[in-house]
Parts: sequence; C-alpha cells; structure tokens
Amino acid sequence: MSHLSRADVARLAALARIDMNDADLDRLSGQIDAIVDAVALVSEVANQDVPATSHPIPMSNVHRVDEVRPSLAQADALAAAPEAEDGRFRVPRILGEEA
Amino acid sequence: MSAATHLVGYDDAMAAFDPVFGIEVHVELNTKTKMFCGCENTFGNEPNTQVCPVCLGLPGSMPVTNEKAVESAIRLGLALGCSIRESSRFARKNYFYPDLAKDYQISQYDEPTCYEGELEVVLDDGTVVMIGIERAHMEEDAGKNTHVGGTGGIQGASHSLVDYNRGGVPLVEIVTKPIEGMGERTAEVARAYVATIRDIVRALGISDGRMEQGRLRADVNLSLRAKAAPGEDQSAVPFGKRSETKNVNSLRAVERSIHYEAGRQAALLLAGEPVVQETRHWHEDTSSTTPGRSKEEAEDYRYFPEPDLLPVEPSREWVEQLRASIPEHPAKMRARLREEWGFSDLEMRDAVAADALTLIADTVAAGAAPQAARKWWMGELARTANEQDVELPELAVTPADIAQLQGLVDEGKINDKLARQVLEGVLAGEGSPADVVASRGLEVVSDDSALEAAVDEALAAQPDVLDKIREGKVQAAGAIVGAVMKATRGQADAGRVRAIILARAGVEG
Amino acid sequence: MTDWTRASALEMSAALRAGTVTSVELVQAHLDRIAGVDGAVHAFLHVNTEDALAVAASVDADRAAGVDLPLLAGVPIAIKDILVTKGMPTTAGSKILEGWMPPYDATVTSKIRQARMPILGKTNMDEFAMGSSTEHSAYGPTHNPWDLDRIPGGSGGGSAASLAAWEAPLAIGSDTGGSIRQPAAVTGTVGVKPTYGGVSRYGAIALASSLDQLGPCARTVADTAALHEVMGGHDVMDATSLDQPVPSCLDAARDGATNGLKGVRVGVVKELGGDGYQAGVKQRFEEALDHLRAAGAEIVEVSCPSFVYAMGAYYVILPSEASSNLAKFDSVRFGLRVERDTIEQTMGATRAEGFGDEVKRRLVLGTYALSAGYRDAYYGSAQKVRTLIQRDFVAAFEKADVLVSPTTPTTPFKLGERVDDPVAMYLNDIATIPANLAGIPGMSLPSGVAPEDGLPVGFQILAPAHEDARLYRIGAALEKALVAEWGGSLASMAPELEVTR
Repeated sequence: MSHLSRADVARLAALARIDMNDADLDRLSGQIDAIVDAVALVSEVANQDVPATSHPIPMSNVHRVDEVRPSLAQADALAAAPEAEDGRFRVPRILGEEA
Repeated sequence: MSAATHLVGYDDAMAAFDPVFGIEVHVELNTKTKMFCGCENTFGNEPNTQVCPVCLGLPGSMPVTNEKAVESAIRLGLALGCSIRESSRFARKNYFYPDLAKDYQISQYDEPTCYEGELEVVLDDGTVVMIGIERAHMEEDAGKNTHVGGTGGIQGASHSLVDYNRGGVPLVEIVTKPIEGMGERTAEVARAYVATIRDIVRALGISDGRMEQGRLRADVNLSLRAKAAPGEDQSAVPFGKRSETKNVNSLRAVERSIHYEAGRQAALLLAGEPVVQETRHWHEDTSSTTPGRSKEEAEDYRYFPEPDLLPVEPSREWVEQLRASIPEHPAKMRARLREEWGFSDLEMRDAVAADALTLIADTVAAGAAPQAARKWWMGELARTANEQDVELPELAVTPADIAQLQGLVDEGKINDKLARQVLEGVLAGEGSPADVVASRGLEVVSDDSALEAAVDEALAAQPDVLDKIREGKVQAAGAIVGAVMKATRGQADAGRVRAIILARAGVEG
Repeated sequence: MTDWTRASALEMSAALRAGTVTSVELVQAHLDRIAGVDGAVHAFLHVNTEDALAVAASVDADRAAGVDLPLLAGVPIAIKDILVTKGMPTTAGSKILEGWMPPYDATVTSKIRQARMPILGKTNMDEFAMGSSTEHSAYGPTHNPWDLDRIPGGSGGGSAASLAAWEAPLAIGSDTGGSIRQPAAVTGTVGVKPTYGGVSRYGAIALASSLDQLGPCARTVADTAALHEVMGGHDVMDATSLDQPVPSCLDAARDGATNGLKGVRVGVVKELGGDGYQAGVKQRFEEALDHLRAAGAEIVEVSCPSFVYAMGAYYVILPSEASSNLAKFDSVRFGLRVERDTIEQTMGATRAEGFGDEVKRRLVLGTYALSAGYRDAYYGSAQKVRTLIQRDFVAAFEKADVLVSPTTPTTPFKLGERVDDPVAMYLNDIATIPANLAGIPGMSLPSGVAPEDGLPVGFQILAPAHEDARLYRIGAALEKALVAEWGGSLASMAPELEVTR
C-alpha cells in the first residue's frame, strides 16, 4: 500500500472539488495518511479468488413501470436555489466543457 | 503557424494514410417517463417543470430503473446483433458539472447489458459493410446549460442557466469497435452506419431518431496510420493518435466531420507534427472542428457499481420474446419492399427520404395498390405536409384513411377531383373518407335516371345541340356535359353523361 | 400528577386509548422537557413546536370522534436530521445544508405522519452521519445525559440523548456502521439496525448507500419493536427495499419476555471481545450471558476470523460511496454557495466552507480509493472482504441462532478526547461494523453500568438477514431479567439533569 503524500492529498481534494489551502493540507494530510495506513490491511485479500459483494442482500430486476408521476412545480424546484433566473438555476460562468 | 491551418484534401489524405474510425451514438429513448424517475419524458416544456427530487439530485432521493427503458435497450441490442448479458449492472461515472444534477451520471461500465454485436450497413451502391458493435449500454442524459452574456457560447459568457428537464432522460449509447480498411469510403460508411442506427431505432419504435432535435447524437473518433508497405499486413500497423469529435448532429455532419478531421490530421502528419489525442467540437456553420478545452488532469471518473440499483438479469424467455419482436433490418426490408411493390430506385429513394415507407406499407396493408399508396403519400400529402411544415407521419390522416379513399376512387364512387376534396375534409378532422363523402355530399352521381333528367333539362335549354351531334359535330356534346356537371356540382361521371347525350342523339359513343 | 415523559411509548399509547391523557398533553410535556434540558444536552437542531401540537390536537379530535387510529397515534417522536422532512429544515448536521427546506418527505417521514405521530423535532448528528460522537456536527456536539462532559455516541447521538434525557419516548436513527447501536449503548437506550432493505432509505440523506439503514430507537425493547413496525416495509421508491412483510417485532418481544429462551443458541463472537475491551464492559457482558443462560439459552462460542478486515473494508467502502453521494452538494440547486468567478471555483470554495474536517478527510479518502490505479487494491478488495465477512456470518449462524458481543469496547469517552485522532475514533465501531457490511440486523440494549465509571454499557445482538424478530425475542428476554435485577429501567438510574427555564 502506498503512502499518501501532501501533494497526493492536494490532487485528490481537487478531484473531490474541495479547495484546500496550506493550513488545511498541514492539518489533514497526516490524518488522512494515518487512515490509509489503518485500512491498508484490506489489500491482503486483493489477490484472493473471492467474488466481490456490492449489495449486502442479493436481489435483481427491481424495476419501475413506465408510468408518469407528478413532478415538482417549477417554484418548488427552484425554491432552494442559491440563485435562479427565468425558471432556471443560475450559476457563475462555466469554465470547463464536458461530455 | 501550425500545419493544421492548411488542410489536406480528403482524397489526398486517404491516399496517404490508412484511416481507422469508431462512432458512439447516443439514442434518446421515447419512454413515457425518465430513466430513473416518473417525470414525463417530453420535450419543449417550460424549464424545470419536469423535475422531481430524483432527477434534481436532491439529498435523500433514489433512482429506480424504468422497465420500459430496459426493454428498449435490450431490443436495440438484439437488433444490433448483440449478446444480452445474463447479469449486467449500473455504475456511477463521477464528475462535477452543473448540468449533471447528482454530479455523477448513472451509466454502465464494466458490465453493459448488450455487448459484442455486428451490424450490416448497406451503402448507396449496394455494397454491404459489416460494422462491429462493442457494446450498447443504458445511461441517463444530462440537463441543459444556457450561456448568458458574451456571444452566447461558453466562452465569454457572464453566467449560465441550468434546466434539468432533460436530466435523466433515458439514453442508449452504442459503441462500435474500431472500423478499419474502409479507405476513401470511410466517410460514406460512417454516414451510412449512423443512418442505419437511425432507421433501426425508428423501426423498433424506441426513438424518433431525429438528429436535428438531438434525439440521436454521434461522437466520431478518427485516427490515421501509415499505409502498410507492400507485402506487409495493414492490421499489423499500430493505430495513430485519435481525435473524438463531439456533437455531430446530422448525417451530413458525420460525413463532413470525417472529411475535415482526415484533412486536418493528414496535414499535421505530413508536416511531421503529432496529432494530439483529444476531444474536439464540431461546428456546423464552419464545417470544422475545434479542440475542447485541454484538461489540466486526465479525467478520472472513479466508476463503481451503483449501490442504489440492482443487477439487470433478463430471463432467457423474455429475451427470446423480445427477439421475436425485432423488425427486419431496414436495408433488407427496403430491398424486399421495392421488389414487392415494383417501385423504381428513384421512387424508393424518395419514399425513404420522405420517411414514407412505413406509411406506404401500412396503406398497402390496408388494401391499396402500392403505386396508388405511393402517389397519395408522395404527392398530395407530401405537398400538404410541406405547406403545414410538419413531417408526413404527423398529418391528421392514417394509412387506413388513404386506403379507404383509394377504394372509393377504384369503385367509381368518387373521381380524382372529388377525392382531393374528401382528403381535405379528412385532414380537417371531419372523419373518415366515407364520412366526408356522406357529410359533404360528394359522391359521384351515378344514378342514370337522375343523370338523364339533368341531361334532358340541359338539352331543353340548348335544343340545337342534338342536331349538331347528328350532323357529326360530336364535340358539341361538351356544352351539355359542362351544364350537367355544373348542375350536379361536379358529382356526375362525365363519361356517363356524355354517353347519355349521344344516346339521345341516336349516335354511338 | 404523572410525569408523562417518564412513561414508555406503549404506556403512552395505552393511556391515550384509555383517555387518561391527551396527545396534546404528551407533546406539551415533552416540549417543556426539551425547553428545560436541551440547552445542556443539545439533542435537537430544530424543535417542531407548532406542527407537533397541531398533529396532536387533530389526533385527539379524531380519537374523541371515535376514529380508528394506529397504535402509536398521538405518541410523540424525534427524527434524526438525516431524514428529509417537508416543511422542516433538514441539515444532516452540515453547514452546507443550513436552512434547507426540502420540497418532499422521506418515505419514513410519510409513514410517521400516516401513523399520526407528532414530530417533536430534528435531532443532532455528526455531519452527514460521519462520526461516533456528534462532535462532527456543524452545530455543536450533543452531550451525554449520563455525564454532560461525555459523548452521546454518534452519529445518532442526538436521537439517543433525546431518549436518555426524557425529551422524547421514541426516535429515528440511521446506522451505517453503528450510528444507532453505539449511541444506544453509551446512553443506556435501545436501538435497532434492521436488515438492509427492511426500512426504505428514500429520503434519508445518503452516507454510504450499501451500508445505510434507518432504524428505531427507544428506551425499551417493546417500544423499539412497535416503532420498527411503523417504519418498516416495502417501498417502490427504493429499489433496494425488501419486498417482504414487516417482521412481527412486537409479538417477538412479547414472546421473549413471556416464554423465555429455551432451545435458543446464543453465539459469543470470539473476535468481538478480549483485548481492548474495558473491564466493566466485559463484566456486564458476562453477566448478561448468565441471564440468557438462566432464561434457557445455550451459550456457544463462534469465530469470525475475517472480522479482522472489517474495519479496513468499512473505511474504504464508506468513503468511496460517500465521495459520490456527497458530490451533489455543489451550490447549484440547494444549500450553501460561496460565490467565485466560475462555477468550478464556486464549487471548490463552497465545499471547502460547507464541509467540516471529518467530511473532507473521508471524501479525500474515498476519492483515493476509487481513483484509477488504486480502485482494485482498495475498493475491489473491500468488496471481497464483504464476501468473506458474509461467509463468516453464514458459518456462525449455523452454530447459533443469534450472535452477541459488547456493542462498544468502552463506555463513552470525554468530548474532545478523540476528535483529532480519527483512527482512535473509528475503533468505537469495531463491533458494530460487521453487521452493516453483511446487511444483517443488529440491536443494542443496555446491560448495566460499568462499575469503574458508572456509565452505560451496551449489549449487541445480531441475527441473520430477514430474522429481525429474533433480536426482539432475545432482547426482550434479557431486558426482563435485567430490569428485574435492577428494579427498574437503566434509563431511570441516570443522574437527574438540572432543569432550566
């Protein structure tokens, strides 16, 4: 298991969209690395031939009939928005482009 | 200045390099509701009126899969010759973006429902190409960002507005395997492939496939590699770096984007410059692509199995049932119908282009002769659709109406002129052709006694006509025919009227 | 004059039906108690005064009119702030949701309303249920009514403390790795984590979707059973919800209390005890086993060797799922926004400001565990551990009908003692985590106070999936024996809180 450096924590925080300044990184990096150490034991089973369990109770094919349910009123949908305009959620300009 | 500003012509590019391409097609399914919630799946509504806690990604909400969407995805997979996985599952694709309500997209990753297919694509000249399908998987659409300020594009905008009505609409993404060895026909094959997918989703009835509405969207990957030396195996030459062109939203654009990208990449390679592996955006107005914003970091989507949803495990019986419902391959169906109906190539192509094939087929099934059905749909009705600026299938007339209308003509109950009036009535919502004939009183007058009375009345008004006819001036009968038609408001059978006049004159018609 | 806050929920229900008390009186008594002691305890983030009294009045009116009412109609309840409640603020203990008024009700909230139970308010919790002490609440910690300097457990410390402080007879909790059972243990109350899927999660703000389960909290086993039956059942809005009838918890509790435990095999899990467990905790545990033996049960020892991996697997799976579940707190549709030039910067600044340190630690950890190149070693391995732990349980349940252990290794520690040592904090949940990884039901009930510090000790019972009723049967039998020994409930032995006005 690898050691998690301060730079790693900074990179991961960016991926998790959490700004971290130097003080945050000073405070949190060591703690996070200690947690990584504590959980490292799981990697012992990485090579064992054991199926993965993603759902604790095995079930399948739980589907919904294609029937319309009422939507929220526009005002209710927007009520908690930090900012809204013309029936839409308003956000500061978007830098990136995605799929 | 980069070589990329100097494009190499498509033919030259294809002569110099071996192209490899792949296409991802996103199909929006026409289910009544969204993929994971009960909000209505319709378009063009007021923003944020088709949203609920689930598709708005509100804290606490949970997705539940739409059964009909699963069925549509499996049927599509079967039509693409795919295997249907006994157990497939959903995964979360994690990335932050304002139009993605939960900031993750529910998709399928390592276990897609449909995989390993093969699709026959028929080119215009009849050449058949087999396209390998890697997978077809289910996922949800994102909402829509509108950029405000600046030029309306993302660059220079002051802020953006988000509408989540489209968020959560069910999609099937179809991914091809790399398609090699098409040479200069690459662009044509790409276009024909997307057209075939469009025809298939329409034939399946799972999507209207309208690219201009974004219901079917294509991303086109293209790379160029060196041509194999004589005697060398081309497939042994490693692939070049590829570009992925997004938002290619018409058949023409599929073809053109490949032309553009081939030329751009060839120019780079010929100048000894590298092709950058990147996402590019297609611009319809300039018929060119521009690079997407380069990411500071490679995307890391951190896929993992969606814990809120359970595996999809369709029974074999169900899959076989669905398989039995898969319509014929559109290209094969066209060939068969052309043969059966005796249409010319041109007639067939026009009917396909007008999206009239199903309408004609249904009209024929309802009893009309194929050519008669074609004439109605490609003539009078195509004109009406054009005037009303709607698609043919949207007209307020059914194939059964047209078959009935043609039946009335064939029986001689109405003539062509009356038939057009009847059609007007049907389109105006006055009922079936028979209803319109009855309510507007449009039936051809074929009762001889009524016609004879009308003829006699007209002859009485113009007593010299009979003499003229007897003198051999048969065309003089025209005046009486005209008078009778006028008196019967066009509902008389002109041929019959003429015969009665000639009989009155004692001459053979 | 009766102090109704000291009654059990079922006693309140009986009194309401007998007409010896009204729901308005019950609600008012609890509101008064909250006003008197919650300044010191801080179990509540929001007190729902007007609505609770209005519901109580309508129940009283219906009862007077002879309307047939559900068992717990008119009995007040507290709800953990993780559950979405229309018309009541819902924060999940986080600053990022401060002031959020949800436009919908969680399924369990709807069930509570349909059961005509007045909702007293929303209880404090560690932010997004990440923690074992409520010290990670953005709104300040809850204090243990047994000793205000000590933690009430977490994440559901608010719900447990509200019961121990007589502020509510019933409460709803959520349990991802012990957040119902550990607070129950350290406050001398009862809490049950049902079988995964037994209670709908729709509207419960997700921490780790494959581990989370809502459950009932109360001061007696029978009250817990009655609330379990109100909460449970299939829900079409939650795909992971079990399509099965609600277990007969109340009948099972009555059965255990009346008929004893003859023929029941009780398995002591070797790995959940021994080193690291406080002496008084072990002593009370052994005494509880004696009571079970006396009630007719056979005590056997079982071994679950894979439990050694449970902690590691839990702290990989939970942060991984949480890192995705908490992505939606992006300042676009609800919650806090710290405005910057671009939306990307705004998201980063908002999440920096809105999340506390424990949330940040876990989101970074989860992002790491799912990232390219590490996913197989961490997330993949952790899922294999789940399989190994499930196999251990299957083997253990062949030898025993239920498994038992101390709920926590120690009695409650002091506030502030472990807040900056996450690994030490995580050790609190060592005995409760395996049930969540396997999806099986578990209960914690009081087994006395540790002689060395006079603080409550919890006894944990685990049953196979879908066998929730067994918890109530065994729990009720043990509770009956203990209460007889003590001469009253453990809760009634807690030091009296100073009531301020």
